[in-house]
Amino acid sequence: MREALARNEAEGPQRPDAAPVPALLEGQGLLLEIGGKRLIDGIDIRIDEGRRTMVMGANGAGKSLLLRLLHGLIAPTAGGIAWRGGPLDRTARRAQAMVFQRPVMLRRSVIANLAFALKVRGLRGAMRQARINEALEKARLTDLARSPARVLSGGEQQRLALARALACDPELLFLDEPTASLDPASTQAIETLIADASRRGVTVVMVTHDLGQARRLADDIVFLHAGRVAESGPAARVLSSPRSEAASAWLEGRLFLDEPRAQS
Amino acid sequence: MQSFTAVLGDAVALILSGDASLMGIIALSLRVTVTAVLIACVIGLPLGAAVGAFRFPGRTLATVLLNSLMGLPPVVVGLVVYLALSASGPLGPLGLLYTPTAMVIAQTILVTPIVAALTRQVIEDLDREYAEQFRSLDVGPLARITALLWDARYSLLTVALAGFGRAIAEVGAVLIVGGNINHVTRVMTTTIALETSKGNLELALALGVVLLVIAILVNAAVMGLRASAARAAYA
Repeated sequence: MREALARNEAEGPQRPDAAPVPALLEGQGLLLEIGGKRLIDGIDIRIDEGRRTMVMGANGAGKSLLLRLLHGLIAPTAGGIAWRGGPLDRTARRAQAMVFQRPVMLRRSVIANLAFALKVRGLRGAMRQARINEALEKARLTDLARSPARVLSGGEQQRLALARALACDPELLFLDEPTASLDPASTQAIETLIADASRRGVTVVMVTHDLGQARRLADDIVFLHAGRVAESGPAARVLSSPRSEAASAWLEGRLFLDEPRAQS
Repeated sequence: MQSFTAVLGDAVALILSGDASLMGIIALSLRVTVTAVLIACVIGLPLGAAVGAFRFPGRTLATVLLNSLMGLPPVVVGLVVYLALSASGPLGPLGLLYTPTAMVIAQTILVTPIVAALTRQVIEDLDREYAEQFRSLDVGPLARITALLWDARYSLLTVALAGFGRAIAEVGAVLIVGGNINHVTRVMTTTIALETSKGNLELALALGVVLLVIAILVNAAVMGLRASAARAAYA
């Protein structure tokens, strides 16, 4: 299925008679200004169903803000976001989930954190319990089910946050640096969960600073610089022969100083 | 005049004797205060949570109002409740003046703003932590308030305790609306005021000791609960 879907960037000429495949999520002309500073500066982005898109770039490039805009957590100053060609309404929002860089743990047990999310999604009784058990098992948290979530290690908390997001059965999963400051074992556990979700058809949009992680997980890469898309395309191409100076410098580990942000 | 130690000794003896009159006063004090604090929590917790978690026009004004009402002068509240409940007042036909119910009403008016204002602060802080996750999960307003109140439950115990402290130590308002009638509306604080003026220092000091012990026990219980909750990372 994945091969049949459109790419972030057309790599070759398309057949003129091919029916356009609607994007799962599409942002056009996204602009975000806060305090007179332009933080997202006219981004067009297309997320196709079933793909794993890594959003990369230096600190302050706008990666996390872009994720929040696409997920509808913040409203753009200008531009629009479409879900399957329609509005990003409540139904669309409920088809998405997000895991934050610092996982938000409710002051409850592991199991109660999962139960809360599923209750919000309207799951009751045996169905909810079955979903909880499945999530605990996949995240290897069954033994910690009754433990308070906030005493878990960083890696366990992130696994719980990811399990909670996936238990809601999203079509699109946003991940904001989910493995930042985690050790290799925890990183591998998170990546396994992501890859497993992707195999089940969940579309993934993930912010990462980790080049190795991008190589392991990405189908597509969107490289941001100073609130703009410096480059986007299939991961293999962007990682092997970047076309933008910003992405090129990043991949080679060279210093590349930001241009001053536009003022409104 | 008796020495302080002699009066204190007599007071302790009075407490240990289990004097019926003394016990009646203590029981009424606790009944009125606990009832008032419970009603104040029923009103103040959701009210404070709503102001803390939701953004609406006039929210800043509501916050300023709640914070200001924390300092309501008890005698003014007593006077207003007295006027409302007196024979010529709008609630006069209910015949509540000089009853424990009138005292509960006065204490509830005093304690509700304290509970609501402190709850607002607690919930606002917690909501800041949860806000993005709740928006991502598309949590509705009722579920959001309920979840915030539940997760802040140990902090809110301290809020209720602050209300309890204000209510149990209150004298002006309950004196005005209760009338300090023996065996009917006489509570610890009004008795202390009365007995001191009469020179019956043993009873006044005995009640003072009981008041202090109650305050210490309630504080210790809540602190213990919070500490165990903190160890389990629920607070």
